[in-house]
Amino acid sequence: MDINVAQLFQTINLNVIMPEVILSVLGMALLLVNVFVPSKSKGYLAWLSLIGIIGAGFVAVTGWGTTVSSFNDSVVQDSFSIFFKMIFLLAAGLAVLISDQYMSREDCNHGELYPIILFTTVGMMLMAAATDLMTIFLGLELMSISLYVLAGFNRDSIKSNEAGMKYFLLGAFSTGFLLYGMALIYGVTGTTRIAKIAGLVTQVGGAGNTMLLIGMFLTLTGFLFKIAAAPFHMWTPDVYEGAPTPMTAFMSAGPKAAGFAAMLRLLLVVFPAMKAEWSDLLWILAVLTMTVGNFTALRQDNIKRMLAYSSIAHAGYCLVGFASGTATGMSGILFYMLSYTFMNIGAFAVIVLIGKKGEPNGTVMDYAGLGHKRPLLALAMTVFMFSLAGMPPTAGFIGKFYLFSGAVQAGYIWLAIIGVLNSAASVYYYLRVIVFMYFKPGEEEFDWFNVSAPVALALVVSAAGSLIPGIIPSLLLQFAQQAVKLI
Amino acid sequence: MDNLNNYLIVSAVLFSIGTIGVLTRKNAIVMFMCIELMLNAVNLTFVAFSRHLGNLDGQIFVFFIMTVAAAEAAVGLAMFIAFFNNRESIDIDDANLMKW
Repeated sequence: MDINVAQLFQTINLNVIMPEVILSVLGMALLLVNVFVPSKSKGYLAWLSLIGIIGAGFVAVTGWGTTVSSFNDSVVQDSFSIFFKMIFLLAAGLAVLISDQYMSREDCNHGELYPIILFTTVGMMLMAAATDLMTIFLGLELMSISLYVLAGFNRDSIKSNEAGMKYFLLGAFSTGFLLYGMALIYGVTGTTRIAKIAGLVTQVGGAGNTMLLIGMFLTLTGFLFKIAAAPFHMWTPDVYEGAPTPMTAFMSAGPKAAGFAAMLRLLLVVFPAMKAEWSDLLWILAVLTMTVGNFTALRQDNIKRMLAYSSIAHAGYCLVGFASGTATGMSGILFYMLSYTFMNIGAFAVIVLIGKKGEPNGTVMDYAGLGHKRPLLALAMTVFMFSLAGMPPTAGFIGKFYLFSGAVQAGYIWLAIIGVLNSAASVYYYLRVIVFMYFKPGEEEFDWFNVSAPVALALVVSAAGSLIPGIIPSLLLQFAQQAVKLI
Repeated sequence: MDNLNNYLIVSAVLFSIGTIGVLTRKNAIVMFMCIELMLNAVNLTFVAFSRHLGNLDGQIFVFFIMTVAAAEAAVGLAMFIAFFNNRESIDIDDANLMKW
C-alpha cells in the first residue's frame, strides 16, 4: 500500500496542540529532574510547573477566534476549546500553588505530583479539543488514570488508598459503558469523526435508530460519571474526602469542566437532531443531581465531604443550563465552570491551611473563632462561601442567573424554579461555616499555622476571581458567548 | 463475514457478564478482571463492526483501548498493593472508612 508521506504530514499542524505539547514535555522533563531534587526542595518543581502552565496559557490564547483542525480532523483549536483550556490551566495552576504546603505537612512530598497534575491537564485539554471519539476517549483516560493516582497519592494514608481504589474501580467501570456507547455509535455510522457522525445523524434523523440512541445514552453515562451527576455520584463524597485536599480541589473543578466540555461538543454537534431525547433526560438528571447534592450536604459535618456534595449540586446547576439547550444556558455553563474553579479551589485552599497532619480536624466546628483569630483568612472563606451559595455580588450569582435564565428562555420554568429553591436550601450549609467562623468562640489555645506564600497567592487569585466577574460580568460573559457560538 | 449479529450478541453477553461481575463480586482484583472483560467485549464489538463496515477505524480504536487498559491495569494494581499494605486485605468491604 502506498502512503503519501508528504500528504500525511500536511494534515498535521502541531500548533493546534502546542499547549498540550508544552505541558507533556515539561511533565516528562520534571519527572527526570525530580530524581535530582532533594525532598525538601520539591517546591521548586511547583514553581517550574506553574511557569509551564502560564506559558501554555499564553500559547493557547493566541488562537482565540480562529478555528483550525489538525490530525485529520481529530483535534480542533477553537474558542470553545480555548475557553475550557483556560479553566483547566487555572485549576492546575491553583492546585500546584496549594500543593507544596499540604504535601510537606503530610510527609508525602513526592515530586511526581507535579508531572501527574500536568498530565491530567493535558488529558482534560485534549477532551475539550477533541473532535473524534478516539481522541475524546484518549483525553478522558489520560485525565482519569492520572486522577486515580492523584486521589491515592498519599500512599501511607488508608483514607487516601481507599479513595484511590474506589475512584479507580468505579471510574474504569464507567469507562466500559462509555466505550460500549462509542462502539455502537461507530457501528451505526461507520466513522469515529464527530463531524461525519453529525452529518449522518442529521441525514437520517437518528431518533428512530435504537442502536444510535442506546449508544448516545451509554456514552453520556460515561461523561455524567465524570461530572458527578446523580445517579452516578456515589463515588464523589468518598473520593473527595479521602484524597489529599489540594487534589480534591483540583479534581472538583478541572475534570468536571472537562466532562462538560466533551458532553457539550458531543451533544451539540452530533446529536442536535435528537435534542428531544437528551433534553428530557438531562431535565430529570438536573433535578435529581441538584436535590441529592444539596440535601445530603445539609447533614454533613466534615467540610470536605460537604463540599463534595455541594460539587454534585453545582454539576446539577450546570445541567439545568445544559437541558435548556439555549445559547444563554450554554454560555452560562462556561461562565459558571470558570467561576466555580475560582471559588471552589479557594475554599479548599482555606481547608489546606486549617488542616493539621492527618487531617484530624476536618469538621465545620474547627472553623469556630477563625473570624477573630485570622480575620483575612475568614474574609476570604466568606467570599468563597457566598459565591458558592450564589449571593450577589459574587461570580456564583451571575453564573446561576445565566444558567437559570437559559432554562426560562427554553420554557423550562419549573426547572428554573426547582433550581432556585435548591440554591436557597444550599445557603444553609454554606452560611453555617460563616456562622461558625464569626459567631462561635474558638478553642482557647489556637494553633498558629503559617500561610505560605504560594497558598496566599492562590487565595488572592481565587478571591479576586470569585468577586470580579460578579461585579463586572460583561467581559467574561462576552468571551463565553463567543466560545459557544463557534462550536 | 456471515452474520454480524452473532458477534454482537456474544459481545453483549460478555459485557453483561462483566457488568454483573463488577456489581456482585467483593474482591477488588476480581472486579477489575470483570472490568477488563467489559472492555474486551467492547473490543469485540469494534472489530465486528469494523469488519462488517469494511473500514479500519474500529480496529485502530481497539489498539488504543488495549493500550489504555494496560496503563489502567498498572495504576490499578499499584493502588491495590498500597491498599493491601495498609489493610492486609483486598476485599472492597474493607474499604469502609468513609461512609455518608
